[in-house]
Amino acid sequence: MNTAALLQDVRRERRFFLSLAVPALVLVGLAAILPVIWILRQSFLTMAGDLTTANYEKILSSGLTWSAVGTTLALSGATLVICMVLGIPLALTLASTKTRIANRVLILIMLPLWTSILVRTYGWLVLLRRDGLVNSTLQSLGLTDTPLPLAYNFTGTLIGMVHYMLPLFVLPIYAAMRDIDNNVIRASASMGASLWHCVRTIILPLSAGGILSGSTIVFIYTLGFFITPAILGGGKVNPISVRIDRTLSTFQDWGSASALGVLLLVLVLLTGGMLFGLRWFLMKGARHA
Amino acid sequence: MLDAYYGSRLTKVALWIFSALVLVFLMLPTLIVVPLSFSASDLLEFPPRAWSLRWYEAFFSSAVWMAALRTSLLLGVLTAAIAVPISFLACFAINRFGGRSAGAIYGFLLSPSVTPGILLAIGLFFILAKLGLVGTLTGVLVGHVVLAIPVVVIVLYPAINRFDWAQAQAARSLGAGWFRTMGGIILPQLGLSLMTAALMAFLTSLDEAVISIFVANGPSSTLPKLMFMSLRDQIDPTIAAISTFWTLLISVALLFFNLRERRQTP
Repeated sequence: MNTAALLQDVRRERRFFLSLAVPALVLVGLAAILPVIWILRQSFLTMAGDLTTANYEKILSSGLTWSAVGTTLALSGATLVICMVLGIPLALTLASTKTRIANRVLILIMLPLWTSILVRTYGWLVLLRRDGLVNSTLQSLGLTDTPLPLAYNFTGTLIGMVHYMLPLFVLPIYAAMRDIDNNVIRASASMGASLWHCVRTIILPLSAGGILSGSTIVFIYTLGFFITPAILGGGKVNPISVRIDRTLSTFQDWGSASALGVLLLVLVLLTGGMLFGLRWFLMKGARHA
Repeated sequence: MLDAYYGSRLTKVALWIFSALVLVFLMLPTLIVVPLSFSASDLLEFPPRAWSLRWYEAFFSSAVWMAALRTSLLLGVLTAAIAVPISFLACFAINRFGGRSAGAIYGFLLSPSVTPGILLAIGLFFILAKLGLVGTLTGVLVGHVVLAIPVVVIVLYPAINRFDWAQAQAARSLGAGWFRTMGGIILPQLGLSLMTAALMAFLTSLDEAVISIFVANGPSSTLPKLMFMSLRDQIDPTIAAISTFWTLLISVALLFFNLRERRQTP
């Protein structure tokens, strides 16, 4: 066989390989990308199908939209902060144990991931209602006289969202902390650095990549969260996702719903882009150091 | 890692107590539902004063809930049956093709997992409405397959990358066609990863709620959709029975899989 024929054979084989990806590409294109493009198009059309920016003018001039943006960002930001407070010490504890024990505990952490979101939401309703287990426990311990409003509000939604995100947040941080060289920590201890000092100046900076990954996951998921605020919010917590549902089910206003959808997408892309940029910046810094 | 600091036991104990509390937080909402499902009372009282199976009876004798259960299981199986083969072919193509365009294909296939579910749901609703497929099993299935593809790709791609392709080349050079090589060399060695991928696709579909809420209707309603509707209106202990049953079903699927995996890896 001469070189030309061989090259042609290689090219044909590459074309054959590429053709194998076509079914998956077509499906994702038609059922995930096209719908998003469709929303984008719809957001610029009137009911009659004429080009317009009225949908955006309508949603951007509505106070409801801005309060929805505020609620969305507040929920995501608060979820991230609580995930950090709960998740980083948990990851640190696990990274400091024997791998065998850590793996066992990891199964417990992953357990919620395998439980349906609706089962978990129901569980939280049972726990957090006025006459729920948390309130009755607090009252019988004499910590409070009146039941605390824990469900059907911002607090309840936040608890449900932290519960959903915490396992996904902990895993990349645990992986990053596992990779830290033990000798560095021993050296810091032998030179008399306090635990807090060691965590702040060695462990956190060295696991920054994992913390950023976890934070990105938290934002990408929580900005569009629908089930948890729709149920645990009890109609009082209205992030953009709930606003979209409301706009469709109450007003059948597809134009506004689409414009809100585009707004949500922009929010996800902006925060995602910012966190990726930060990551890139940190990596660059690490390479120069 | 912190062994140098565990010299003072206080640090270790404090960290573990904190972690144990976080673990309780993670497990409590799932576990609390189980005793409630066996309660005899109409109220969500805890601990229940008397026990009964009446909520399970209500669930298993309800035509609506049973239809939703059947729909969910059918969708799960179909999702796995479609998502795994097409994702496998795509991962294979990415691995063999290589280069920048392969990276782009990989990113494209993962994109549904980072798109907000509500956007996919209402966008898909638009498209399906044009095709007259809103409320059909096909419509919901398409949505579930698209959400399962990223999950399956994440499981399969590393396995396909680890695979020793020299074996496939050897088979090829001995005269086996691609299809023969696939069936005789590649598939048998990737069996475990393919099973993991199928299980993940099944569970992704089983737990999917947002697309179902917007796209499904009547007979195509899934169990999560009905649970959502019923949780939004009122909460009664039937949901506790369904939740317990649902969690048990998923645990059995995972356990069964875990046992098989142990048997396969010596």
